[in-house]
This record gives sequence, structure tokens and C-alpha cells, in this order.
Amino acid sequence: MEKFINLTSTAIPLPVENIDTDQIIPARFLKATNRDGFGENLFRDWRYHKDGQLNTDFVLNNKNYSGPILVAGHNFGCGSSREHAAWALADYGFKVIVSSFFADIFKGNALNNGVLPVQVSAEFLTKLLKTITENPKTKTEVNLEEQYIAFESTEDKAYFEIDAYKKTCLMNGYDDIDFLLSKKAEIEAFEQDSKLARVSD
Amino acid sequence: MSKTLFDKVWDAHVVHEIEKGPQILYIDKHLIHEVTSPQAFKELENRNIPVLRPQQIVATADHNTPTQNQHLPVKDALSRKQLQQLSENCKKHGIALYPLGHQYNGIVHVMSPELGITQPGMSIVCGDSHTSTHGAFGCIAFGIGTSQVAQVFASQCLLLTKPKSMRITINGQLKKGVLPKDVILYIISQIGTNAGTGYFCEYAGEVFENMSMEGRMTVCNMSIEMGARGGMIAPDETTFEYVKDRKFAPKGKAWEDQLVYWKSLPTDDDATFDKEYHFDAEDIDPMITFGTNPGMGISMNKNIPEIEDDSFEKSLKYMDLQKGESLIHKPINYVFVGSCTNSRIEDFRVVADYVKGKQKAKNVTAWLVPGSKQVEKQIEDEGLKAILMEAGFELRQPGCSACLAMNDDKIPAGEYCVSTSNRNFEGRQGQGSRTLLASPLVAAATAIEGKIIDITKELN
Repeated sequence: MEKFINLTSTAIPLPVENIDTDQIIPARFLKATNRDGFGENLFRDWRYHKDGQLNTDFVLNNKNYSGPILVAGHNFGCGSSREHAAWALADYGFKVIVSSFFADIFKGNALNNGVLPVQVSAEFLTKLLKTITENPKTKTEVNLEEQYIAFESTEDKAYFEIDAYKKTCLMNGYDDIDFLLSKKAEIEAFEQDSKLARVSD
Repeated sequence: MSKTLFDKVWDAHVVHEIEKGPQILYIDKHLIHEVTSPQAFKELENRNIPVLRPQQIVATADHNTPTQNQHLPVKDALSRKQLQQLSENCKKHGIALYPLGHQYNGIVHVMSPELGITQPGMSIVCGDSHTSTHGAFGCIAFGIGTSQVAQVFASQCLLLTKPKSMRITINGQLKKGVLPKDVILYIISQIGTNAGTGYFCEYAGEVFENMSMEGRMTVCNMSIEMGARGGMIAPDETTFEYVKDRKFAPKGKAWEDQLVYWKSLPTDDDATFDKEYHFDAEDIDPMITFGTNPGMGISMNKNIPEIEDDSFEKSLKYMDLQKGESLIHKPINYVFVGSCTNSRIEDFRVVADYVKGKQKAKNVTAWLVPGSKQVEKQIEDEGLKAILMEAGFELRQPGCSACLAMNDDKIPAGEYCVSTSNRNFEGRQGQGSRTLLASPLVAAATAIEGKIIDITKELN
């Protein structure tokens, strides 16, 4: 996994609530057996009309807005557990998603793919969305080490929470498999000791 | 110390605790399917890591399978490749697979309980958010992403922060025509689609105590639609009766031993939850959704609420519905009975009972898709198939089908579909499709009438 430490860039506003993973990557694109190339179909049915024409009203098709930070409405990533949603966002080039609330499974999937979910207050989100919408050149700074997000030309700075373990993983590019395998002896001892049902056939 | 059902099962599976960090949770059973596993197998192979406990994994083909002519090769090349890959991966790693056409094949959350793989007190995961279904047995069961599928392959464990606990209690008697699907749609409409995020939810009270296992599975299945990673119901005689004598259920002394443990699982009387909700059974009517998330549901006989909000309005625009509008008499051309929410034998009994002696409306295309080969067989054995066919319905073969429309079962753009599935997201049942979630009873009535009717009036 790629390391993540700090990022300062322009951001893309997507002020829609309850963006579910079916919107992020529709089910008909889940037939691939590898992880690559999902970015092409990110937000497919919002980016394109049914006849395949570009939907020029959609923010990703608006040349004024660009950058690896997506700022979205409340409850981002709800619905299906498909990690393809995180792969699609990463493959498209997003490194940070900012929202006032994230769905559980999506949050975990994002972190497992080096995409940082930054949860901020509703007030901060509203202010950030307004600022970047009105002035697309606004630079937003995301500092993982010190756990804050800020945008230039204001005093605004918000601290965000992240599990200390996950932070270490992101900053060093480690993943959970490395850690779990290092505990193999303990896992095997647990299996010996516990009398849980396992249904082996 | 007093403990909740959730605490008891969770704590029994903790292998290791990282200070100020997540815990290592042991996974008893790992269910896999063709869509979210190939990249996990590849990850392991790239890193040269073996599958640690292949005998604790069970595979089925469901998401991407055709519901007609399953004996023929799958037409869609990408789907065929994905299914082949699952077979190859299972063979290579020694994992039990129930492929297309096998007598035990079916939707993962239907076949596992009916084979007795799902048992009280277990930890169960699957790369599918509706894994919450298995919580109906008093399991900790939840959906995971593909990176986590790889973690479980490698270590039979996951790194997790323990979720908070919540409880929803509903006492009283459900009214006539109110099914488990209405109960969960009602709950989500009351508390919203993210009230459960960060929580595991226990359902308690007379309504759930009196519910069948099929009904409990329908309720727990949709826990994720209010954001909860999982739902749980305390195991009781109904649970034990269901599990007993199923193929993989413990037998003889092992059964007796497990029973003692299972009976110790229900929440202690004085245990506390981080959050509690209470509802009355009498307040629940047959429900239907009108928007693009499962929280946008109303009693069938009520009107769409008038709310000033951009996301709400965007949703109504997609659905081509108006604030204040009633859905009664709305013409409907598509009806889907199926999905891991409502494709079990009881659901088809409800449908058959309603349509018996009636005729399907000419304008309606109805897809009736059993959840598994065993449900399909039961439908035939109980004589339901004949009733359905006489009423003008055709039964399809098992699979996830039009719930997520990965296969050919897609609702055309602009069309409404009254569906027993779990999600009404934009385009969920096909690009541009408009989904109205409801119970199998409401779906059956819609198919007969060709429009939505007030089922409560019909029943009383």
C-alpha cells in the first residue's frame, strides 16, 4: 500500500447526502477479477447519460474542479460492502474523501486502500463545500500526522479522528495482513484453547 | 458483570487486543461468492501466503448467475469467467463450493442457514453487506470488503474495533397483513439510514420472539440499511428447532453440549446498551418505499411527506413522484419477489396463498426467484409451483437476480418495480429503474392488480 502523510491541493465538491456504493460503482461493473481500471466507471451513471453522452452538469465533468480530494455530503459510502467503490475512487485519483459521516464498511475499505476518510462537523463541511464551490482554486490541506484539515485564506482548521493503529499503517504503507500474520502463533493457540463451533465438514 | 448477547459472542472470539487500537477477532465461518473473492485470492497468491483454514470456508455462486437455463453455459463472457475463477480458486485451495446447479446452491445468506452452517454464537463474515442476515441466529455476522476477505483467508481473523451496542424493542401484536419486512422498513423509516452506523443492533421484544426464523432473517438482513454492521436476535427454542437436524448441525452429544452454550447467550437482564429504541407493534402498517434509500418508507395508506431538502427532492425527482402524493392506484409493470431478504419458503407461501385462484395482471412482468435450490424444491414439493403457474406466474432459478441486476434480470429505465429486495438506490435494479421496496404480500397484490392497492383494506 502507498504511504500517505500530507496533501495540499484543490478539492472537488459533491454536496449530495447518502451517496451509496451503487452510485460510486454500479453493480454491472463488478464482473472484473482484478483490482485495476475501476476509475473509468466511477460514478458512471452520474458522469454519463444513458446514451453514453457526457453529463456536463456533473462536477467531475466540470473542468473548473479538479484534485485528489473529494468533499461529499453526509453518510458517504452507505450500502453494499463492495471494495470496488474504494478501488474506483483510488483508481480515479482520489486520496482523501471528506464528509460529515461515513458508512462503516466503506470507511474500512478506504483505509485498506490508502484512501483517507476525513470526518468533519456538519458546519465545517458546509463551509468547505461553499468555499471550494465558489472558488475552485482554493487549496485544502490534509495533514495526517497532526490529524487536521484546513483550507487557505481562512482561519478554519478542523481536527479529525483516526484509529492510532490505522494511522501508523497509512503513514508507513503497512496493511493488516502483515500484522495478522505476525500473530499467527497466538491465533493458533486461541484455536486450541477455545471450544467454539466451527462446522468443518 | 452483566453482558449483552453481542458482548458474549464478541468477547468469546477476541484473540488479542492492541492497546488503544483494534482487536483481533477470530472468525468461525467465512462465506464467499464469485464477485468479491477473486481479488482476495490473487492478493494471497501474489504474496505467496496459503489459505490458513480452508475447511472453515464455504463458497456458492449467486450474485452473477442467470436465473434461466442454468444447465447451459453462462452466456455473458465476464460472468462466466468470474464463475470459473471461483471454481478454480476453490479447487486449488480445497474449499467446499456449491456451484450453479448444485442441490445446495443458492444465495449465500439463504443456503448457509438452511444447511445448518449458520449456528448460534458463531462469528461469520462474507464479502457482502447482507451477511447481517445470520444474526437472526444470535451470531456476530457482518459484511466485509475484499481486503478483509484476504485477511481472513490468511489468518482466519480480522482486525476490528469493537462496535457499540444498541437495542430495538418492539412489544405487542402485529396487525393482520404486517410482515417482518414491514417491521424492518418501519424501523428504518423511523430512525433513518445511519442511526445504526458504528453499532451492532439487537432486536428484542414480543414481536421478534414470536417471529419465525425466516422472518428474523428478513429483519436482521436489513440491519445494514440503517447503517448497523450487524443485527442480532437471541437464540431460543425457535432457533434450536430450526437448526436441529440440518446437514451441518451438530448431532448427538455435540448437539447437547452446544445447546447448553447457546442457552447461555441471551442478554442478561441488567445489561445495558449504548443506545435503545422502543416501538409498538400496533403502530406498524404494511409499508412501501417511495425514494432512493430504504429509510424513505411510509405506511402504504399514507402520502409522501412534504420535506424541504435538496437530497429529498433529488430523490423524488429520480422517482418521478411528488410530495404529498399517495402511491395507491399507481400503475406498476414490474414485480420482483426474491433476494436474500425475501426469497425463503415462507415468502413464497405468502405469495402463493394470495394469488391462489387469481390471475396476474396483463401489464405486469413478475420475476419470482427462489433463494436456493432447496427453496425451489420446497416450492414444488408443497404444490406452490402449480398454484403460481395457474395464476400466470413463472418461477425462475435461484440467485441474487434483480436485487442488484448484475445478471440479465434488469428493470428497464423509467419503470417502477415493486420489489421484495433490500435497496432502492438509483439504478440498483438496472440503469434508470425505480424501486419500491415492500413485503411479499404487497408484491403479490401488486402483481395481481397491475397497480398498488391498499392491502389493509383488502384484508379487513
